Amino acid sequence: MKKTVLFGAIAAVGLTAGMASAGTLDDVKAKGELACGVSTGSPGFSFPDADGRWQGFDVGYCRALAGAVLGSGDAIKFVPLSSKTRFAALGSGEIDVLSRNTTWTFSRDVDLKQTFVGVDYYDGQGFMVKTDLGVESVLDMDGATICIQTGTTTELNLADYFRTNGMTYEPVPIEGNAEAQQQYLAGACDSYTTDRSALAGTRMSFENPDDHMLLPEIISKEPLGPLVRHGDDNWADIARWTLNALITAEELGITQANVLEMAKGTDNPEINRMLGSEGSLAAMLGLESDWAVNAILAGGNYGEIFSNNIGENSPIGLSRGVNALWTDGGLIYSPPFR
Amino acid sequence: MSDQSYVRTEMLGEKPPPSSQVGVVKWVMENLFSSIPNAIMTIVSVWVVYYILSGILPWAFQSSWNATSLHGCRAYIAETYGEGVEGACWSVINERWKQLLFGFYPKELYWRPVVTLALMFVAISPVLFTSVPRKVMLFSVIYPFLAFWLLWGGSIWLPIVAFLGLVIAYLAIVYLPALVGSLGATIGAGVLPILFWIVIAGPIIDGLNGIAPIGIEGVDSDQMGGFMISIIIGVSGIALSLPIGILLALGRQSPLFIVKTICVGFIEFIRGVPLITLLFVASVLLNYFLPPGTNFDLILRVIIMVTFFAAAYMAEVIRGGLAALPKGQYEAADALGLDYWKATRLIIMPQALKISIPNIVSNFIGLFKDTTLVSIIGLLDPMGLARAIPADQNWNGIVWEIYVFIALLFWIFTFSMSRYSMYLERKLATGH
Repeated sequence: MKKTVLFGAIAAVGLTAGMASAGTLDDVKAKGELACGVSTGSPGFSFPDADGRWQGFDVGYCRALAGAVLGSGDAIKFVPLSSKTRFAALGSGEIDVLSRNTTWTFSRDVDLKQTFVGVDYYDGQGFMVKTDLGVESVLDMDGATICIQTGTTTELNLADYFRTNGMTYEPVPIEGNAEAQQQYLAGACDSYTTDRSALAGTRMSFENPDDHMLLPEIISKEPLGPLVRHGDDNWADIARWTLNALITAEELGITQANVLEMAKGTDNPEINRMLGSEGSLAAMLGLESDWAVNAILAGGNYGEIFSNNIGENSPIGLSRGVNALWTDGGLIYSPPFR
Repeated sequence: MSDQSYVRTEMLGEKPPPSSQVGVVKWVMENLFSSIPNAIMTIVSVWVVYYILSGILPWAFQSSWNATSLHGCRAYIAETYGEGVEGACWSVINERWKQLLFGFYPKELYWRPVVTLALMFVAISPVLFTSVPRKVMLFSVIYPFLAFWLLWGGSIWLPIVAFLGLVIAYLAIVYLPALVGSLGATIGAGVLPILFWIVIAGPIIDGLNGIAPIGIEGVDSDQMGGFMISIIIGVSGIALSLPIGILLALGRQSPLFIVKTICVGFIEFIRGVPLITLLFVASVLLNYFLPPGTNFDLILRVIIMVTFFAAAYMAEVIRGGLAALPKGQYEAADALGLDYWKATRLIIMPQALKISIPNIVSNFIGLFKDTTLVSIIGLLDPMGLARAIPADQNWNGIVWEIYVFIALLFWIFTFSMSRYSMYLERKLATGH
């Protein structure tokens, strides 16, 4: 008898949980704010500034999505998440979208029941060495000591790469980026390996950046992108096409400054369709017709978000590289708005 | 009269003691150079202290206070103190100290946590010092509700109606025994307020809000952070864990089978689980179990878990105190004809608690420092901010300065707690 009651209660909770996750868009509209999961601190990607306002590349996407759904890039609640709590927070409904430099992998997509809505940054694992070490390539580093963060995919990539090339190395396990910088500068290891975007930021923070260099090899693929829960395709579509809108905006020359002007109507039908002066794409998503305008107003197009947070207009100064638009020979590509 | 001229007629003046027996020289000889091994130890210690200070002091004082980035700090230090000098970049503290103290609390409302903290000292003063008038105790009872209202803001009716629940419990204890006996009154005091909070409180609050919407600007939990969160969690945990711990310790010794089993089970389960696990349960798992849409505040969840954890440890500390009491004390209390609660309140607990003071306080200190674990579940307490602030590219590469600042703040709190416990031990010392 008691057991029946218990199971009944669990079933009831499970049912209501199922019902609530049926319409993320309606939930977000009802709440009036978008709950966005970000990193507790990742240089250039997400961090609180001196006024407590969240900044960064990952944050920029969240603001765009809030703009698209709710009309304002500030109708948003940032939930700082550690790498250990991020997927559970998404699964349990605490956040509506996770934008936390998360690598798109098979098991995360399939096994953990999540939907990656695209790639907003193509990262890869690289190596930093001191210039006076005289090393030109990772292949010169047989027998080197290497600082590496434990429990990450970078650790496995490193092992694979050195085994494939028949080389040995001595790992110096460390916990986080700050500790890694200290160890590397103190000479505890010959080289520090992690994602190249983080390495570039770290190098720029050194007293003499020119004494250090990144080696040309990129030994892994780390496509980073936002993700949502499995099972709400409409919400996933909104998240995906908001990202696509930012990319297309850069391709078509729509910027934060001129988007309002362009929204009045232009000679280019694709711009008109996207910004809502022609057609009914917004209604198909269940959004207001100026959704893309508000998404771009929140922080600019893809190129602007990139350059303001991690690109040439930021202290990190990453070059676009493979993250250039496909028209410039990069990998950033959006399906057409039609 | 015999001639007594060989006897002095006046006293000699006091001579100063030998120079080796007074002042600095004596102290140094006795304490630092009393023997050869002692002298060697002294010299080595002086050298170690000098070595450490000569490294730290120039770093701490040849520093920059007003730069806007780590590079700015380096440029300023190189310009002021010469190339190659390594100095602290206190500018990061200068820019972010408010964040480290208050998190993202709205700047114009900083006075609210400050007032709350000041009132906290008023509220705990009657508990800490017997010289404070007992009537202040009344304020201590109101304080938790006032503090909640000041920190989170919102309608004033929520804390007032919640407080009414306590009043109901009090009235039940005073007036019910005449009607339903003391056991009935105890149960009533437990059940009635809960019924009140669950069933009646909601409509009353809505009604009052409709009539007179009095309130102050609300602040969300996710805007709180920094040292404020450590104090909120630490103080709530401390204040709640002591009474719960006492009840658990008494329950564990109870002859009533069910009470005893529940207490032992609770204590052993909670003590057997790491705090981190409980925090993960609070942050992640509870969301799956609770009905969706329930907005069960993360800070509240963490406070509950931390309280459970601390209470289980506290129960064992107090059990130690109870076990140390001679059996004669229990028997004497019984012989005086005191009932269980009177004997416990007047004879057993005062002595058991006194014995346990050092352990209780060290538990409190441990609990206060354990609050930094919440950074792992994404709350931006000082340790969480210590990771978030260097993510700003301006401060990327800063490590020591932030940790030194946090350590200093924690040290002030824990050191005062430890001093207070020593004061209390001296005051309560009745041994011979």
